[in-house]
Amino acid sequence: MITVEGLTKTYGRFVAVDDVTFTCRPGRVTGFLGPNGAGKSTTMRIMVGLTPATRGQVRIGGHHYTDLPNPGRHVGVLLDASAQHAGRTGREVLTIGTETLGLPRRRVDEMLELVSLSPAEAKRRVRNYSLGMRQRLGIAHALLGDPSILVLDEPANGLDPAGIHWMRGLLRRFAERGGTVLLSSHLLHEVERIADELILIGQGRVVSQGTKEELLSTRGAFVKAVEVEALRDALAREGVHAVPSGEGLRSDAEPLQVGKVAAENAITLVELRPAEGAGLEELFLQLTGDTQRDGQPPQDNPQTSQTSQTPQTGQTGQTGQTGQIEGALA
Amino acid sequence: MTAVLTNGTGQAPALDVTGTPGITMARLVRVELRKLVDTRASRWLLAAIVAITLLIIVVVFLTGSRSDRTFLNFMAATGAPQGFLLPVLGILLVTSEWGQRTALVTFTLMPVRGRVLAAKVVAALVAGLAAMVLAMAIAALATLGGGAGDAWAGVGVDDIGKFGLLEASGVLQGLAFGLLFLSSAAAIVTFFVLPTAFTIVASLWGTLHKAAPWVDLSTSQQPLFDSGHMSGHEWLHLASGTAIWVLLPFVLGLVRVLRAEVK
Repeated sequence: MITVEGLTKTYGRFVAVDDVTFTCRPGRVTGFLGPNGAGKSTTMRIMVGLTPATRGQVRIGGHHYTDLPNPGRHVGVLLDASAQHAGRTGREVLTIGTETLGLPRRRVDEMLELVSLSPAEAKRRVRNYSLGMRQRLGIAHALLGDPSILVLDEPANGLDPAGIHWMRGLLRRFAERGGTVLLSSHLLHEVERIADELILIGQGRVVSQGTKEELLSTRGAFVKAVEVEALRDALAREGVHAVPSGEGLRSDAEPLQVGKVAAENAITLVELRPAEGAGLEELFLQLTGDTQRDGQPPQDNPQTSQTSQTPQTGQTGQTGQTGQIEGALA
Repeated sequence: MTAVLTNGTGQAPALDVTGTPGITMARLVRVELRKLVDTRASRWLLAAIVAITLLIIVVVFLTGSRSDRTFLNFMAATGAPQGFLLPVLGILLVTSEWGQRTALVTFTLMPVRGRVLAAKVVAALVAGLAAMVLAMAIAALATLGGGAGDAWAGVGVDDIGKFGLLEASGVLQGLAFGLLFLSSAAAIVTFFVLPTAFTIVASLWGTLHKAAPWVDLSTSQQPLFDSGHMSGHEWLHLASGTAIWVLLPFVLGLVRVLRAEVK
């Protein structure tokens, strides 16, 4: 169980993490999804005490991470697979871990086998590892202490499709045994395949969260209103669940019911339509568009990566404003 | 899998950490010592210390007259090369964690950073002690193998103690500069350039020249190289120079690392 409460981190006037609150439950794989620079890594670094929070707190199984007597025995952490000494062998990296945690040396071989690094590969120096091999080594390192909680930052980065499949199986089994998993990704399709619950973050704020089914659901309605909060409250009174989605709400009720609720409460609707398929993707693209930086194309949508590369003379006439182009496409 | 308890009220399941053995200081020191020898770069540095210590004693043995071949002369000869290389070992013990970004892993496994740094201090001192034992062993062999008639004359515990102080001071000064700069290049360059530049300025500028025993480490350490009794004044000079060049950068570096955001 990881509980994040009102977490805020500012650097001068820049707010990297803005009042972030969420919970990761045992038995579930929680995906932390957002574009690069959205605040995922900062949140994770704060979780394990590497970065001090400006406000708010994180509790891991009810404790502050830094109060754990031997944190590696409870929480497996992989923040950056490349943050290993290039001159050490894979085996040596794990040996240092077992020594620190106070574990028997055989744990090294067990973990190497678990992540399918061969004895020959384990003897090679990390500088000669591919990113995928570093990720496997990082996962092995995180699992050394047989933790019940995993915190993994972009663990699928650099893995081939077979590797992602393998990781999904590994994390699924971990969660089925009652483990808690939080993993981050900037790629929707990646996290979609692995996670049960999703937390979407953009510009430091949680934009949306819920189960994958909820967020990916094609039922329901998308609605924009002048009085968004009032509509949400009114819907809640009718027992209709609605989550923020871009500038509007995504509700699991059909448009007819949403329209009635709005009319009864004299709420002005700006837009009301059946939710389109892959509502999550739409939301994610909006998010990516809003926070997209020049020259850094989003990596999981070929359309937008084309539009952001070169000045556009397309249907909107915008240049490089992927957010607006996506808005037009949506 | 560690136990996950639910406290019945439907609140956050608490993690039971009471049965988890903590990380002992001895284990942290063992890990830091391991880091001193587990890469090619660190092994080369250690090999260089051994080789140069051996070499300098052989040179003194072959070039000096028989009457110069005393244990203390052999020991004194090893002081310079070791005083050169041990601080580099101290620097790298800290800066490699930042250059290679392993601090991310080290401080995640042991979030109480002060304990990691304490283990590094102990590991650095153990390395310094090992270097001194090595120097003494080779010097003793050389003395036995063809020393002067009175080769062991005047060897006392205080001579060994002074040599130990020099070694400890050097390796800790390296560690301190490593903590302060967190970059191998900056720490090594500053370590070698700054005190030398200071010594040169002190020798040219009269006012500073008078204060040199108090503020210039190499001047205040001079009595440590000489055999014989050190006066109270000389100890005060040593304490002052060490405070400025070892303790001060160490404290500043410590504060920096304890407060730094590890990325």
